[in-house]
Amino acid sequence: MADSSLNQPVATAGAKSQRASRFQWGKWLLVTFVFGYLALILLVPALNVFIQAFKAGLPSLLDTLTSKFFLNAVKLTVIATAITVPLNTVFGLCAALSLANKNFPGRSLLISIIDLPFSISPVVAGLMLVLLFGNRGWFGPLLDASGIKIIFALPGIVMATIFVTMPFIAREVLPALEDAGTEQEEAAATLGATPWQTFWRVTLPSIKWSLLYGLILCNARAMGEFGAVAVVSGNIVGKTQTLPLFIEEAHIQYNTQAAYTAALLLSCLAVVTLVLKYFLERTAGIQHRGH
Amino acid sequence: MTSSPPSSPQGFWHHVLQASWPWRVTWLYLTLFLFLPIAALLLKALTLNPAEIWRIATDPVAISTYNVTFFTALVAGIINGFAGLIIAWVLVRYEFPGKRFLDAIIDLPFALPTAVAGLTLSTIYSTNGWIGGFLEPFGIKVSFTRLGVLVAMIFISLPFAVRTVQPVLQDLEAEAEEAAWSMGASQWQTFWRVILPPLMPAILTGVAMGFSRAVGEYGSVVIIAGNIPFQDLIAPVLIIQRLEQFDYAGATVVGTVLLLISLAVLLAINLIQARGRRFYG
Repeated sequence: MADSSLNQPVATAGAKSQRASRFQWGKWLLVTFVFGYLALILLVPALNVFIQAFKAGLPSLLDTLTSKFFLNAVKLTVIATAITVPLNTVFGLCAALSLANKNFPGRSLLISIIDLPFSISPVVAGLMLVLLFGNRGWFGPLLDASGIKIIFALPGIVMATIFVTMPFIAREVLPALEDAGTEQEEAAATLGATPWQTFWRVTLPSIKWSLLYGLILCNARAMGEFGAVAVVSGNIVGKTQTLPLFIEEAHIQYNTQAAYTAALLLSCLAVVTLVLKYFLERTAGIQHRGH
Repeated sequence: MTSSPPSSPQGFWHHVLQASWPWRVTWLYLTLFLFLPIAALLLKALTLNPAEIWRIATDPVAISTYNVTFFTALVAGIINGFAGLIIAWVLVRYEFPGKRFLDAIIDLPFALPTAVAGLTLSTIYSTNGWIGGFLEPFGIKVSFTRLGVLVAMIFISLPFAVRTVQPVLQDLEAEAEEAAWSMGASQWQTFWRVILPPLMPAILTGVAMGFSRAVGEYGSVVIIAGNIPFQDLIAPVLIIQRLEQFDYAGATVVGTVLLLISLAVLLAINLIQARGRRFYG
């Protein structure tokens, strides 16, 4: 730091107080900027969903909520999520257990590989599945012969969702396992606990909040995934249309009411996600980080 | 000699169940759901001959989608790089009413499905929308233009820019700043020479992560954009259009280009973080 100004004499008290008052002014300018920026990008758009959904009145909202295609979309989204999240939980726990408190060559490469789905465009992920299981894909003829449908059907939607949400649990649980260390597990094993007992009674309790945090994020993304699912689902109304696809379809057909009703439901999911996340960060001290 | 030797049967099974069983599940899962799909894309690309790959990859429509996608994502990343720094600064250093609410809502783009984001942004920024209506008299159109793509990408990449800088800023000692101040450095000097350097790796990481996410984004962009070639058509939408025309080769080549660029960005992020660790440990 060869800055000549740093060698100047210490500022006088008068200059200091002047600076302090200028600083306050700067603070409110910046706070106003932040409120303005977030209003334009986040707050107004979020508020708009609730206003648009209720704009046409409750009866019209209930009309969409009870329509057959809407209910089918909800059902499919819930089923796909209910398959994806437990599978990713098992994977995430296994991956974290394999990596935590261990040192082996290629460990950081493996962590990067597990994080890879976050870097790959969901559309490209869907394309990969089409190239594998589509009727002109690798396993296309085999699947055709055996009558199993993956693309344009539930298995494809589930696989696409698994792909894009794969890292969520592992990346939350891994740091928690590292923090917890291995002493207690070793003590349990020495006292004669089986690996399962150790896992259920020692390991799991020590990572439960991080696991829950990962589950919440995984669940939100799984229910809202659009790009990857759009490629593999075929978007067959009432059959392979998930809620996000329902929104797009309704929007294209100028059925604004239906689009915003589905958006309202998913926004409630987002609000619940944010509230749970907030409390987990505050009470369990989990650090938020970018995904 | 209180503990049983590791060669006892119990010790052996202990090892298998504790280490190998999760290990096997991890690799099986990665193979089935990650490696196999990636291999399918790369091998499909390899079955095309190089001349054909080049022709498809440099097709004018494809080139225009790279332009729109990467340039707009970069602009969104840079805008959020600045805004994210200011937001992180305000959240870490100042107390004001509504601070916790703002801090929580930063993560909205992670929690809100992209289809919902695209829908509500396209309504608000349309010419008769709340915000688009203000811009229309100035001849600025957002929805169904490239500007709309930019707005969607800014939305989707915002949390990355804030959440990477925030923890670093939190750990930054105020002492160095106070020392610089008390020695007579101006606010700008303090900012440029004392505060910014240690934050730089985090800022760049946030920009790169936001860029990477914006490049791959489909849901919000497809709804707010007009998806017109040479105007606001992005590469992921082009892939879907090619697939809808059963042009598997076209989709594969554009998909491979996107995949390779994502991997390059990922590598860049890792290098930035490694550098940051080396200098600011």
